[in-house]
Amino acid sequence: MAELQLRDIRKSFGTVDVIKGVDLTINSGEFMVFVGPSGCGKSTLLRLIAGLETITGGTLAFDGQIVNNLAPSKRGIAMVFQSYALYPHMTVYDNMAFGMQLAHAGKEQIRERVEKAAELLQISPYLKRLPKQLSGGQRQRVAIGRAIVRDPKVFLFDEPLSNLDAALRVATRLEIAKLHHSMNGATMIYVTHDQVEAMTLADRICVLRDGIIEQVGTPVELYEQPQSIFVAGFIGSPKMNFLTGRFAEPYGAKTIGVRSEHIQIGPGEGAWTGKVIHSENLGSDSYVYADMGADEPVVVREDGTKKHQPGEPISIRPIPGQVHRFDAEGRPLGRQ
Amino acid sequence: MSDIAIPAKANATRRPDESDLVKQRVRAAMWFLLPMLAALAVVAAWPLLRTIWFSMTDASLTHLADARFVWFNNYLHWTVLKSGKVIWSGVLVDPAWWNAVWNTLRFAVLSVAFETVFGVIVALVLNAEFPGRGIVRAAVLIPWAIPTIVSARMWGWMFNDQFGIINDMLMHLGLISTKIAWTASADTAFYAILIVDIWKTTPFMALLILAALQMIPRDIYEAAAIDGVHPVKTFFRVTLPLIRPALMVAVIFRLLDAMRIFDLVYVLTPNSAQTKTMSVISRENLIDFDKFAYGSAESTLLFLIIAVMTILYIWIGQVRFEGGTR
Amino acid sequence: MSTIDQVQRVSSFDLWKLVKKTAFYLLVLFIVVVMVFPFYYAILTSFKSGTNLFIVTYWPHELNFANYLNVLQSAAFLQNFANSIIVATLTVLLSLLLAVTASYALSRVNFRGRGVLLMTILAVSMFPQIAVLAGLFELIRFYNLFNTLWALIFSYTIFSLPFTVWVLTTFMRDLPVEIEEAAIVDGATPWIIIWRVFLPLLWPAMVTTGLLAFIAAWNEYLFALTFTSSNSARTVPVAIALFSGNSEHEIPWGTIMAASVLVTAPLVVLVLIFQRKIISGLTAGGVKG
Repeated sequence: MAELQLRDIRKSFGTVDVIKGVDLTINSGEFMVFVGPSGCGKSTLLRLIAGLETITGGTLAFDGQIVNNLAPSKRGIAMVFQSYALYPHMTVYDNMAFGMQLAHAGKEQIRERVEKAAELLQISPYLKRLPKQLSGGQRQRVAIGRAIVRDPKVFLFDEPLSNLDAALRVATRLEIAKLHHSMNGATMIYVTHDQVEAMTLADRICVLRDGIIEQVGTPVELYEQPQSIFVAGFIGSPKMNFLTGRFAEPYGAKTIGVRSEHIQIGPGEGAWTGKVIHSENLGSDSYVYADMGADEPVVVREDGTKKHQPGEPISIRPIPGQVHRFDAEGRPLGRQ
Repeated sequence: MSDIAIPAKANATRRPDESDLVKQRVRAAMWFLLPMLAALAVVAAWPLLRTIWFSMTDASLTHLADARFVWFNNYLHWTVLKSGKVIWSGVLVDPAWWNAVWNTLRFAVLSVAFETVFGVIVALVLNAEFPGRGIVRAAVLIPWAIPTIVSARMWGWMFNDQFGIINDMLMHLGLISTKIAWTASADTAFYAILIVDIWKTTPFMALLILAALQMIPRDIYEAAAIDGVHPVKTFFRVTLPLIRPALMVAVIFRLLDAMRIFDLVYVLTPNSAQTKTMSVISRENLIDFDKFAYGSAESTLLFLIIAVMTILYIWIGQVRFEGGTR
Repeated sequence: MSTIDQVQRVSSFDLWKLVKKTAFYLLVLFIVVVMVFPFYYAILTSFKSGTNLFIVTYWPHELNFANYLNVLQSAAFLQNFANSIIVATLTVLLSLLLAVTASYALSRVNFRGRGVLLMTILAVSMFPQIAVLAGLFELIRFYNLFNTLWALIFSYTIFSLPFTVWVLTTFMRDLPVEIEEAAIVDGATPWIIIWRVFLPLLWPAMVTTGLLAFIAAWNEYLFALTFTSSNSARTVPVAIALFSGNSEHEIPWGTIMAASVLVTAPLVVLVLIFQRKIISGLTAGGVKG
């Protein structure tokens, strides 16, 4: 429902610059994920959008209107925090109703909206309970419910899944994806350090590093056309293999990157030879770690049925057209 | 807005506008602090300034309003007699005052030294796990909870020369042959005060040290035990360095507190020159002897001594205070 | 041979362990006895009557309530008791009221001079009371408060307010930031955050702080002695300190002990009930300070 424009946004804490000039437009109704390693400024950027931190420089606009100094509650946002941040002394109902009560909404209207949100999130039976009587997953739903009740133009999620265990994380991830579809039109901004979460949820991903944007694009764009070695290495699991020196020279690049799924085992033209160090079998796939004489072992994905012994000689070759080439500055030279 | 580009540097150094949220919070904070600050100004700052003022006047209890300003005469003053002899007067040349200073310092250092040692022992005991620990902890809190005046009187009764249980015990144990007038005798009055104060404040010390002990992760001890380090060595090499910061804070905290001791001395050993502290002598001059200005000068001096110590405490103790992030 | 040797070694090891354990429990026993004995002895004395008072006993022999009746039938003492309760309660309520908002500002809002302000408050709590005695005396006389309970409530603020502010600030600082931020997003003003979000979470801390401040006010002596002149405004510590007989040799020890026990018993009970809270409050005000 709202389009956000970030123009040269900067944030410093004292003399430390955390956000060093971010330009970004988040389209109305888009699911945008901020991803990056810890300390890259992604949470700070979210908190600047929320209004919980003061913007040091640049402009932030919601639908063309500059909101730099507007109080969080007046921006039409709702936020889901990492620690849920539920009010421990209020019932689930009151937790969800608090914002509307403060806005002096009518009792009936509040009840209607809370109940609707509770139904959507399947927490209706727990409305009279206190947060401490709920499980972690239920608490997270209440936190999301509290955001829904506010009926915001923009939803902000600050690593909402990192306190949940692995199974629940996947389930809740699915819930959030469904929520985005059902709340058609609401803009969502989601912060995570987990690239899998980013890939599965996002319409577009914004990769941040040291307070600047590395690349913005759809998950597929980021996967197929990374604009830097950093993005290439950050997106995708296992991490992209990077090779330099004699491996890169034939491709006319300083560094080349090949994903494990784009390498074939077997001799052939331009094949590299080396030894198997270790192989991990995950059932459907297996990953072979091979020493090719490069700085780091090369990881190769293979069918789960294949087996390799450590020390065994191995020949591998990248699939043509799937080799990412980078220059000395880490900028892409195109695939070959 | 025009299209003229603002130089990046000027833009970066420009102080950002405070957001509405920050403005609202800072404004609210000022209003929230105002009543407290007003209250402290009335009950602390103003009376302190008045005390200092009185110390430079010739005020007496009945003549507060029409006191004359006499500069530092209450502190130090000299008159030259016709014979050419110079007579000094004032607090700074008053042997009674210096006796009180000496008593106070001696008392503060000794009592805090003993309290610290006993406090560490009690804290170590409370930090061990054994059945009945809760009872011991409760017992330790009792001296702390008893009002000072009440403990002064309780101990006064126990120290009684004729019927006191302390003399009775010591006689039975054969440690003394004649009964001692603990609180009245010049030799023992100071020790009587010391004993009661140590008894009363060791619990506070022990609890502070215990809190520091409990912050030491258990596995450090387990590692030391596995390495076969003797427990005594573990204490001096591991425990003590780890609780030292907390211990320092507690010691200085208690030192400052001991420097202003009044009630115990005033009630347990009244009129004893051996125990009279700075607070006691100030209050006697202020109220009992109607030397209001002179007493004010003495209490101003005590304030200055404690102020200097407090500044040292903040400086040496490196009191860290991190507020919330906002 | 070797087995015997082993057995001996094992048993001597056990013996050593036993000695250590015994020594430890003797130490524990010693600590408990030293800490509790004066109070125990006061109780013991308070139940003695007449000349029995002057015979030293270590165990209770009689249960005579004469001293207690003496104290409780004395209108003066009941008045002192009531005074103490009124003064301590009002002091605590007043301090807490002023401290709640102040500690929110000190623990949660970044403003210039916050560090200096905190240090000043800490310094005021270290104040020697005697240093303000002369000034307070003038002020109290000027406002005609001399020998009233208000004089005490007023003067006790000097130690009770900095203490409550300091302890509540350390407690409030530990409340999670995200809860406050959630409230901000929900549109809560600082005032609403304090009263509707933080205060319900701070009740345990308030009880602890209040209790500690109450005990401090209950035990205060210097101001109570100086700013009162008759029984109508005297508090219990002053009354107990002033208890005396007709002559030096007729100090009514039995009555004094009975009064002491009556004054102390409620505190000891409170302290035992709120043990854990008190310890947390003391250390919050101490170690972190």
